[in-house]
Amino acid sequence: MKRMKNSIPTGSDALSRRWFIEQCGVGMGALALNHLLSSSGYGATQENPLAPKKPHFAPKAKNVIFLFMGGAPSHLEMFDNKPQLAKFDGTLPPPELLKGYRAAFINPNSKLLGPKFKFARYGQSGVEISELLPHTSAIVDDIAIVKSMVTDAFNHAPAQLMMHTGSMIFGRPSIGSWATYGLGSEAEDLPAFVVFSTGRKGPSNGNSGWGSGFLPTVYQGVQFRNVGDPVLYLSNPRGVDETLQRDSLDTISKLNRMRLDTVGDPEISTRINSFEMAFKMQKSAPELIDISNEPKHILELYGAEPGKPSFANTVLMARRLVERGVRFVQIHHEVWDQHGNLVRDLKLNCQETDQACAALVRDLKQRGMLKDTLVIWGGEFGRTPMVQGGSDGRDHHPNAFTMWLAGGGIKPGLVMGETDELGFNVVSDRVHVHDLHATIMHLLGFDHEKLTYRFQGRDFRLTDVHGLVVDKLMA
Amino acid sequence: MEQRKISLVIVVLFLFMGAYPLTMRSLVEARFQNEKVDFTRDIEPIFKTSCSGCHGAKRQMAGLRLDDKSAVIGKVVTPGKASDSSLYQRIAGIGDAARMPMGGEALSADKIDIIKRWIDEGAQWPDKAASSRPVEQHWAFIAPESPRLPGIKNSAWINNPVDNFVLARLEQEGLSPSPEANRATILRRLSLDLTGLPPTSDELDSFIKDSDPRAYEKQVDRLLASPHYGERWGRHWLDATRYADSDGYEKDKLRWVWFYRDWVINALNQDKPYDQFIIEQVAGDLLPNATQDQLVATGFLRNSMINEEGGIDPEQFRMEAMFDRMDAIGKSVLGITIQCAQCHNHKFDPLKQEEYYRIFAFLNNSHESNIATYTPAEQMKRANIFSEVREIEAMMKERMPAWLDRMTEWEEKVKKDQPNWTVARPTVNDISTGGQRYLPMDDGSFLAQGYAPTKHTVRLEWETDLKQITGFRLELLNDPNLPLGGPGRSILGTGALTEFDVEVAPKSDPKKLTKIKFRRATADFNQPVRDLESIFDDKSKRKRITGPVEFAIDGKDETAWGIDAGAGLRNVPRKAVFTAEQPFSHDGGSIVHFLIKQNHGGWNSDDNQNNNLGRIRVSVTTANDPSADPLPAGVREILDTPRERRTEAQVRTLFSYWRTTVPEWKTENDRIAELWKQHPEGSSQLVLNERGHMRETHLLKRGDFLRPDKTVEPGVPEFLHQLPAGARPDRLAFARWLVDRKSPTTARSMVNRIWQSYFGTGIVATSEDLGRQSDKPSHPELLDWLAVELMERGWSLKHIHRLIVTSSTYRQSSKLTPDKFSKDPYNRLLARGPRFRVEGEIVRDIALAASGLLNPRIGGPSVFPPSPDFLYQPPASYGPKVWDEEKGDNRYRRAIYTFRYRSVPYPMLQTFDAPNGDISCVRRARSNTPLQALMTLNETLFVESARALALKTLKEGGPNDANRLSFAFRRVLSRLPSQAEQIELLSLLNRQRGRFVNGELNPWNLATSDPDKPFALPKGSRMEDVAAWTVVSRVLLNLDETITKE
Repeated sequence: MKRMKNSIPTGSDALSRRWFIEQCGVGMGALALNHLLSSSGYGATQENPLAPKKPHFAPKAKNVIFLFMGGAPSHLEMFDNKPQLAKFDGTLPPPELLKGYRAAFINPNSKLLGPKFKFARYGQSGVEISELLPHTSAIVDDIAIVKSMVTDAFNHAPAQLMMHTGSMIFGRPSIGSWATYGLGSEAEDLPAFVVFSTGRKGPSNGNSGWGSGFLPTVYQGVQFRNVGDPVLYLSNPRGVDETLQRDSLDTISKLNRMRLDTVGDPEISTRINSFEMAFKMQKSAPELIDISNEPKHILELYGAEPGKPSFANTVLMARRLVERGVRFVQIHHEVWDQHGNLVRDLKLNCQETDQACAALVRDLKQRGMLKDTLVIWGGEFGRTPMVQGGSDGRDHHPNAFTMWLAGGGIKPGLVMGETDELGFNVVSDRVHVHDLHATIMHLLGFDHEKLTYRFQGRDFRLTDVHGLVVDKLMA
Repeated sequence: MEQRKISLVIVVLFLFMGAYPLTMRSLVEARFQNEKVDFTRDIEPIFKTSCSGCHGAKRQMAGLRLDDKSAVIGKVVTPGKASDSSLYQRIAGIGDAARMPMGGEALSADKIDIIKRWIDEGAQWPDKAASSRPVEQHWAFIAPESPRLPGIKNSAWINNPVDNFVLARLEQEGLSPSPEANRATILRRLSLDLTGLPPTSDELDSFIKDSDPRAYEKQVDRLLASPHYGERWGRHWLDATRYADSDGYEKDKLRWVWFYRDWVINALNQDKPYDQFIIEQVAGDLLPNATQDQLVATGFLRNSMINEEGGIDPEQFRMEAMFDRMDAIGKSVLGITIQCAQCHNHKFDPLKQEEYYRIFAFLNNSHESNIATYTPAEQMKRANIFSEVREIEAMMKERMPAWLDRMTEWEEKVKKDQPNWTVARPTVNDISTGGQRYLPMDDGSFLAQGYAPTKHTVRLEWETDLKQITGFRLELLNDPNLPLGGPGRSILGTGALTEFDVEVAPKSDPKKLTKIKFRRATADFNQPVRDLESIFDDKSKRKRITGPVEFAIDGKDETAWGIDAGAGLRNVPRKAVFTAEQPFSHDGGSIVHFLIKQNHGGWNSDDNQNNNLGRIRVSVTTANDPSADPLPAGVREILDTPRERRTEAQVRTLFSYWRTTVPEWKTENDRIAELWKQHPEGSSQLVLNERGHMRETHLLKRGDFLRPDKTVEPGVPEFLHQLPAGARPDRLAFARWLVDRKSPTTARSMVNRIWQSYFGTGIVATSEDLGRQSDKPSHPELLDWLAVELMERGWSLKHIHRLIVTSSTYRQSSKLTPDKFSKDPYNRLLARGPRFRVEGEIVRDIALAASGLLNPRIGGPSVFPPSPDFLYQPPASYGPKVWDEEKGDNRYRRAIYTFRYRSVPYPMLQTFDAPNGDISCVRRARSNTPLQALMTLNETLFVESARALALKTLKEGGPNDANRLSFAFRRVLSRLPSQAEQIELLSLLNRQRGRFVNGELNPWNLATSDPDKPFALPKGSRMEDVAAWTVVSRVLLNLDETITKE
């Protein structure tokens, strides 16, 4: 019986019109129908993994910009003023504080180091901010500062994984992936989740901070560059002009359609669509990162200079992305690991970032975008009240750190949480990273316990088995 | 015309769909979720998590047990009528009785809804569900037995038993199989499936013309015997074993593990029985007289990531690696999710947390080693050197019959010539380590682990009451956890001592440190002076050198004591002694600081550039004028063994040292030294290496290594088959247990993944989990039948491949018909052949093969095809990484050989869903995105492939454009173009050729990689032709069909 049956079938049978329509009635017609019914051009189809989807309840935030300060900025020099720490400078910390405490580099029993910068009060709420942050000081009434963040890890890679995926284990989806999985995308010709890296180093956890983990790969972040081709291989090869590219794509489409007629696999129509989208992206992405057409006052607000890649330019691009419907923008700025040169490097880092971060909040506000754009600022952990080295460095510290949030349903002008007199432990309104995640999900319209994905026989979620929504943080 | 118009309209609608395209395959899950409610999958977990506290095995409030079918059905559940069932009423809060769960939060609306649906659908409660019978009864936890072949009607269709199972289901569903695919299509499908490469034109011709009734089987034989088979199927296994060429985490340093990758390819090519395949990977090192290959195989478990960022606790990340190994074994071998039980008892499968740690205990007793490895040619070279050395030594002995007496005389002389040394047990000054961990060992030494700074001076602080200390000894020791066993931490296991200093103070005044002046330094090895290797370049432009031990006390940062005796000789213990100018002591005792400066690394601590010492021990002596023992530590050990108890090897080692001290043997000694210089450098491989004494394994509370609970012994879970009675419970026993004929999941899991690879979805869709939460198998009997075939036919994987590819099921045409589409949109029932996009590696390989660029060489170090430079520099990468783009023919190797950095995945492969090796992956996603389109349109190697195909077409494609088009088309798609396709492509050719000819476009820019370089045009062609054919080739390489298995 092992013979070739119908050895060489005759060429392709032409498909009947009826068959095609029937097939579409099952597979693609539903999409087409939805398309016709939906005024925005892409209705709520479940079939398109990135079609906009409704969350569990009305969201406060539709988009997120995460200004991730990799390396871990010192809460003690920037947001959490500790006069007592200054007073006890040079003395050993109380032994009871160090019970069970593990430090990365230093012997925990090292001398306390007083804050290196002066603080003053700003805004209607009289929030204390250090002199390092003159611009952030001016927007304190628009942001909520959380001084009571805690995390589980005290090494960079695991702590960054925790901040971005809610787990210290590799292979879990990032917040941006969860957000796009839950909400889909509103961007017509740009990725739903865009990532930049602008620091002096790259992210400690590599590309896991925007990985899709076990979620489908369409939800992973797409790395953009703030100079040159924003997306890899966006430009045509040398010698290919637009006419040639269009002519080639048209031929590809025609041949793909012929194949669709012959074999009837709807996946081919997806491929046709992908190529058209790619062509659109070739136009939209360069336009997006070209900030030279921004008015002068906006460039000045951010401190951005067209053509000169910088953190400020990137933050401005983040605003432009969100304007175009991109769901989640994440900027990794990995410069904050001040084991030494605390004073010099903090000054430098703040000069580089303070103005643009504040400008983003102002700019979003003046455009009416702040109300549904959630801005998050912070690193993966804090820094030790104890000194590392001589007198100009601090080690990693997971017990307490500061983050700020703005817009997207966050209560403006709020200062939340307190640390002890040395800035060592949180003493009130503790917010674990899982709680932050639960809150972000809540603002995006999700019950964080219900936005799940089944993998390996288990329903996984961003917050694993943890996370409490921080009601206090929300307007 | 009418028909065409309508289909176009519909297609055009899709172009406006906005956002990203749909992915049909992602609907698989959705469809199965719309099926009937499944008790085990949907209902039981709700009972377990929300109800069992009060209505479970421990407590039965109101006499109700929800884990007892008989207590539920017909009592609180009326099948078919949720509204009449008190269970539903109580959870939904209907009626007056208190809402359940009592005192807790109400169930969510969807949970209530699904319970309602379950009851309305008849409250199916399969007897095999855990709550009905003992838990072992989940189908996948019972060893498979070969099922009877089901009866079928259309027996003419059957090629082998695979078809019986598939056809029985089709007939049951009222579907009939598709006709066989045509020869060109089936050969392309078969070639892509078995080798990952498209068929050549010659292969197509010979198959299409072959009238032998066994024509197809002959192709199967040929392709199964191809060495590319191992590459194609090895890649799947490498996904499961999370293979990558770098460490992961922040530093993500390059590692050497390609011997393991090649081992996998070779093992599959040899059709190594799957049971042996697993045993060698889990415990090859424990097999008697383990070969290099068997040691290399244990690289499987070593594919875990390594964290060497500053300030880590190495034990924490060793534990992370252990958890990862457990996960990898669960997914790749057992097909069971076991990592849930890391923190608590498994919620759904009967795996207890303690059992997790009992399995863990099998694996928890290895050193994290790295051994030297040699290719077959290098092994031959080594064997030759060793035998020549032995010959010379034999000759020396022959010429000096009294050699044994002389050696004994020498031995007596040197035996007692060493002073007493007191091992110092200092504490490590934390600030001084530069982030490297100095782990104290039982023998007073310190093992360097974790971050490896390229420059630091560690300060070891020690208190002593000894008086009149005259000298200090620094021993550099081997350790199985160092590269190649050490004694250094460099990639060769060497290190350099820049400076050795001692500062002392009286105990009464610890701050009053004074530096000891040395009279001299001596060592058992003095390396000839040489320039520091280029990997240690620190960009200071200083001339840095290594050499004799005096360099460690010359006060110069540029010089260091080097210990590299060359390949094959360098990984042995060394020692240096530093003799004080004046003995010292303090009343009331002394504080002694040893400062060990290691500044001879390179500029980048985020790369493999450290030149640190790996395991060190310091001692002091009060003997007069001490100096270093010239005898190697190994020889000294032999001397300490009574003569009559020495092994032959020990006597040989002793002789090999002693002969070097005999002046009249200078010529022979020099000859042997010359021979050693020819010793190959080899490569290295991460392996497992069993420890001498058992590490204690604890159950860890919530999986936290800082919260150890009771100790556990190695053992296997109760719900699976048991270890043979009397088996020594070590890793080897565990490996054998994994592939025992009684294992219920091992064979099923493997054949299911093979099936998944052929047909797009496994018989069980959740191929990483066959446990109780898994999807229902589409053909359960077929799964069991294949599993038994695997186990009972010598665990031959090729046998399973042959069964599948020779089945009529596999050979069907993949064309869709309306009936088939509506009844089975996702082709789970297989009334048609598979059609889906090939994996990322094959997308690349097809372009290289079709264009003729492919370099088909098998194996060897990973290669660096073109990739944007900036990706490997901050801020895209954490630290600077090396990516030396291949300029030679390694540029066009198959994608399996592309170097894989975990933190910076190769863009082309990542875009096409290749996993990056962070964790074990047994089921890849298959997306279809615009970024993929950009990749195949614009990426460097795809463009080079288009150019190469154009040139080849002009050279070999025939006299006219139509011939040439057929030539190029067939190379890419394995078939000839239809007339309509031909018209489209030739008109594109003519339009664009016209533009090149009339000067609108510069043909050199597109057609050549470097327009300034001279270019050999094919005979009779113009540059405009090359450019125009490049356009057409690029289009061909970008078609959906090109990257699709049809």
